[in-house]
Amino acid sequence: MINIEQVLGDRIGSVIRGWIDKIDGINRKYAVPRIEMSRGVKIALLFLRVYLLFLVLLLGFKFYTLLQ
Amino acid sequence: MDLGSIFFYKYRRFIKTLQIYVLLSGPGLIVMLADNDAGGITTYTVTGAKFGYGLIWFLLLLLPVAYVVQEMTVRLGAVTKRGHAEAIFDAFGSFWGWFSFLDLALVNWLTLITEFIGMTAALMIFHIPPVVTVTIVSVIMMLMVLQGRYWTWEKIALLFAALNLIYIPAAFMVHPSVGEVLSVGLIPHFPGGFNATLFFFLMANIGTTIAPWMIFFQQSAVVDKGMKEKDIPWGQMDTLIGSAFTVIIAIFLVVVTGTVLYGSEVESAAQAASILITTNPWLGTFIAIGLFDAGFLGAICISLASSWAFGEVFGWAHSLNLKIREAPWFYACYFFALISAGAVVLIPNAPLVLITLFVQVIAVTLLPAALVFLILLLNNEEIMGKYRNSQLQNVAAIVIVIAIIVLSTLYGITTLFPELLS
Repeated sequence: MINIEQVLGDRIGSVIRGWIDKIDGINRKYAVPRIEMSRGVKIALLFLRVYLLFLVLLLGFKFYTLLQ
Repeated sequence: MDLGSIFFYKYRRFIKTLQIYVLLSGPGLIVMLADNDAGGITTYTVTGAKFGYGLIWFLLLLLPVAYVVQEMTVRLGAVTKRGHAEAIFDAFGSFWGWFSFLDLALVNWLTLITEFIGMTAALMIFHIPPVVTVTIVSVIMMLMVLQGRYWTWEKIALLFAALNLIYIPAAFMVHPSVGEVLSVGLIPHFPGGFNATLFFFLMANIGTTIAPWMIFFQQSAVVDKGMKEKDIPWGQMDTLIGSAFTVIIAIFLVVVTGTVLYGSEVESAAQAASILITTNPWLGTFIAIGLFDAGFLGAICISLASSWAFGEVFGWAHSLNLKIREAPWFYACYFFALISAGAVVLIPNAPLVLITLFVQVIAVTLLPAALVFLILLLNNEEIMGKYRNSQLQNVAAIVIVIAIIVLSTLYGITTLFPELLS
């Protein structure tokens, strides 16, 4: 396993390690959604995922047309 | 009881109500007046110049739209005592939490740049160089938060918000025909027929009415103010009055530009102020001051919305009631956002137009998620208890949210592909 402190030096490495641990802690704290995953909630979240995918594809297409 | 006693009793009750309102008002008024930020003022200015009084009826429709959405943040904040970023993490897990949080941080920072663009453009009219504007504004905004009390910050912000009302005397200065304003403005119609340009402006006006930062800001402000469940009716009244003001100000600005600039090719509020200052110096000055104030008000709210969100997610102390040494990361985020956004405006040849367009597109990625989460949270009995949405509130909220999502998405798409409208 890569040791961040060894790669980036003790000082910067420990700061980054601290941030990674912090983010990891947040992910663990909110690992289980509190809201009950009813059918309505599932449909709403699915809609949001599809919507975001559509926007990402649209932005990708715009980027592609700009490069052309 | 005689008539005098009844009158005195009613007078005392009114004064008492007013006192409580002054004490509890704030988040709703500020967020709604800041809603008319630099981008909003530009949209209304150009709408008036392009369509005259023809779209005033549409602006009136935006009152319930703004109220219904923002009122939900009051209840959610007062009941959960959590900001919107934290509420999303808690209810929907870390994926949606990180998505909303990172998207908010990005869109807020970009919007902050547009507020600085508005402020520097406004003061350039008075020959004040951008570097002076950015420096002075940043210092004032830092001083506003350093006194360590939410209440003081809020009242200073309300003073700046009151300056937004400058468009009301400006409208009286141009002597519009009241009959024409009422007859043309209040009857729903599409001036020049329903075409691509008109549709773009309808979308732009909707887009400027509800922005993602408003949802996050008001909920966090409600929490920081310490509002409780029993304060919800006051928060609702505050939001309603704020919504009314935001629409009134927009209408008065449309009346100004619809009267004196109707038919002109105006692309921004700064340009309108520059044109008017040569023909009517007072009017041009009022428009410029209003634009500066709009940018300033938007900037203080947006930078705070980001700082609150950072504090909520990372678990740092995050309140305007804390001193710098008690909440160093919260204030560091606030200062960093301000200084970095101000610095971008000062970079020679920075792609400011591109940034302005990019804001609209990125906002579209966050707004639907923020609105959908708001409705889902407000329908959760475990979280909201008796304050959950009623059936009527749900119908209104769902209709409005669907309309906002569709129109703001189309707005984002037409910003990306303007040829679609031609």
